[in-house]
Amino acid sequence: MSTALPEFVVRAEGLVKKFKDFRAVDGLDLTIERGMIYGFLGPNGSGKTTAMRMLTGLLTPTEGTVEVLGLSVPRDAETLKYKIGYMTQTFSLYGDLTVRENLRFMATIYGLTGKRRKQRIGEVLERYELTDLQDRFAGKMSGGQRQRLALATAVLHEPPLLFLDEPTSAVDPESRRHFWEQLFDLVEGGTSIVVTTHFMDEAERCHRIAIMESGQKRADGSPKELMAAMGANVVEIEGPNLRDIRRKLLGAEGIVAAAQLGARLRVLVTDDIPDPESYLKAKPETAGASLIERVRPNLEDVFVTSTGEGRQ
Amino acid sequence: MRMLSRIAAIFFKELAQLRRDRMTFGMVIMIPLIQLILFGYAINTNIRDIPVAVVDQDRTAISRILIQMVEATRVVEVTERFSTVEEAEAAIKSARVRAAFILPDDLAQRIVRSPATGFETPPSTDEQTSRPVAQWIVDGSDTMIAGAIKSLRNMPLTEMFRKAPNRSTPTFEVALFFNPEQRTAVNIVPGLVGIILTMTMIMFTSAAIVRERERGNMEMLINTPVKPMELMIGKIIPYIFIGLLQTAIILGLGYLLFNVPLGERPVDLLVGTLLFIAASLSLGLVLSTIAQTQLQATQMTVFLLVPSILLSGFMFPYEGMPLIAQYIAEVLPATHFMRMIRGFVLRDAGLLDMQQDVLWMCGFFLLGLAIAAFRFKKRLD
Repeated sequence: MSTALPEFVVRAEGLVKKFKDFRAVDGLDLTIERGMIYGFLGPNGSGKTTAMRMLTGLLTPTEGTVEVLGLSVPRDAETLKYKIGYMTQTFSLYGDLTVRENLRFMATIYGLTGKRRKQRIGEVLERYELTDLQDRFAGKMSGGQRQRLALATAVLHEPPLLFLDEPTSAVDPESRRHFWEQLFDLVEGGTSIVVTTHFMDEAERCHRIAIMESGQKRADGSPKELMAAMGANVVEIEGPNLRDIRRKLLGAEGIVAAAQLGARLRVLVTDDIPDPESYLKAKPETAGASLIERVRPNLEDVFVTSTGEGRQ
Repeated sequence: MRMLSRIAAIFFKELAQLRRDRMTFGMVIMIPLIQLILFGYAINTNIRDIPVAVVDQDRTAISRILIQMVEATRVVEVTERFSTVEEAEAAIKSARVRAAFILPDDLAQRIVRSPATGFETPPSTDEQTSRPVAQWIVDGSDTMIAGAIKSLRNMPLTEMFRKAPNRSTPTFEVALFFNPEQRTAVNIVPGLVGIILTMTMIMFTSAAIVRERERGNMEMLINTPVKPMELMIGKIIPYIFIGLLQTAIILGLGYLLFNVPLGERPVDLLVGTLLFIAASLSLGLVLSTIAQTQLQATQMTVFLLVPSILLSGFMFPYEGMPLIAQYIAEVLPATHFMRMIRGFVLRDAGLLDMQQDVLWMCGFFLLGLAIAAFRFKKRLD
């Protein structure tokens, strides 16, 4: 692969995708730096998959410009396809072909032949623990095994940029952990990765994330930055009648959102209130509470404050 | 180089998938086998042994002789005897017989006066001589059966009286070329190659692209650098072999079971069949880029299959069809193939003799391939 890669692997400006009257992506600006995992976090229908498909040239933007690895998309989409790997949301390899046959097919499609092809197939079989499964039909494998095969296929031609569309939605937590370790191995080797997800824990692993809602980017930054800049503090309340407290607090002055987590009620208080703990303790609604304490924010809090009802 | 290896990759992939799809693979063999036996034995336009009723009002030796003579033609077989015409009509209505042979009670007089017997007729009026000897009532709903019985109308009666049949001066002489025994199978079997190839070739490829889309393989495939033309060609090649296999089954069995000749130019036969297979496959690919689901693809195949059977000349002679039907037939690859393979197998024609059909199929193939590749978009919008 060429060494003179640009500092930014993706640059998009004013990206709009309209399906008839529906604006699936609505004015998206993006810059994704080389060597990181960049995540699109958002609910279903927030436009993350549509945005990713425009970046790979599968969809033509209604408005806006896209540049990926220095190539203008969709104009140079076919050239780009040699340089990117893509993992679809649902398993899209051939269920009636074996692991090795699938790999061999895709390797040849990407232009690998002869010794090089054999060597690369051997490498990915080894690295993604598929060597023992190589004669299994892809359709007969578990979710985690299929996902490893999909990743192995996506990196066969050693692309400098990987697009993963909700890669772990069909696998168990154990496989998901393992999968992310493999992604970081790839990043270590110089690969940049763009991933969409609706899992908070997955988004938290990304170097940078964009929070998407209704086709627009609501927030953009590293998880830590986003937590620091979310404009709210988090207080947890313990005690009886949490459902009742929640109902009364919602809509009150300074309360962004409240959600119950087991025996605790997690309340987001706007950060123009200097001491949120005392503020809540002073409220008559929390009279029965046994504990009120400030806690560290997490990405879900960021998500809540930047989307839906939490957004002013 | 990359292009060739990618086409090969798609070819081997299709082959592996096909090999594992036992049902489909079985159909590849069973369709020609069963259809050949079914059509070869069942479709028979030489009509024999039509069940008929006899209403013999004469009941004399002469009427019995006449009935025997009619039966001796083997066109009809007397299965019922009635005493009244009404009973015979009822039997036709209920389809127990297809026709009734009615012999009037003055049969002897009619025979003697009829010019058909060639006697020096006793003095009689015009009205008397013009009376037919006997009457047929025929269920005319099937024209082939009606035609067969009509052919009995001019049956010579001379041999009834041990006179030499009036053969001295035939009006026309008829010489049958290519199929002197008038065996239907000789015409049906080569035509069947066209019908079965139309069916299986279009069916396989019309599902080819749709299947990838339905099974979710498409999104990944269009994210690769594969080119539409490579995909189309790679998908066609395995089915060419299947088409040849089916052709071999039909013509081979046709030769063994029905003694249908294979012609004297096997190379021309091979090239012509390959052309037709390619044309059908490219037509299937075009359908595949239009259909959204495999069910739609199947429906489109049937939509094309029916006119291919009815208009191509397989069922009815092309020349007998109205002009508009002939124009439609000219568009279908099956019509050209039907004409061509019958030429090769039955008349020892060659590619040069059939060059119009050959050129047309070449053009159809190339155009189809181009349209399919053009219509196949590596985009989702």
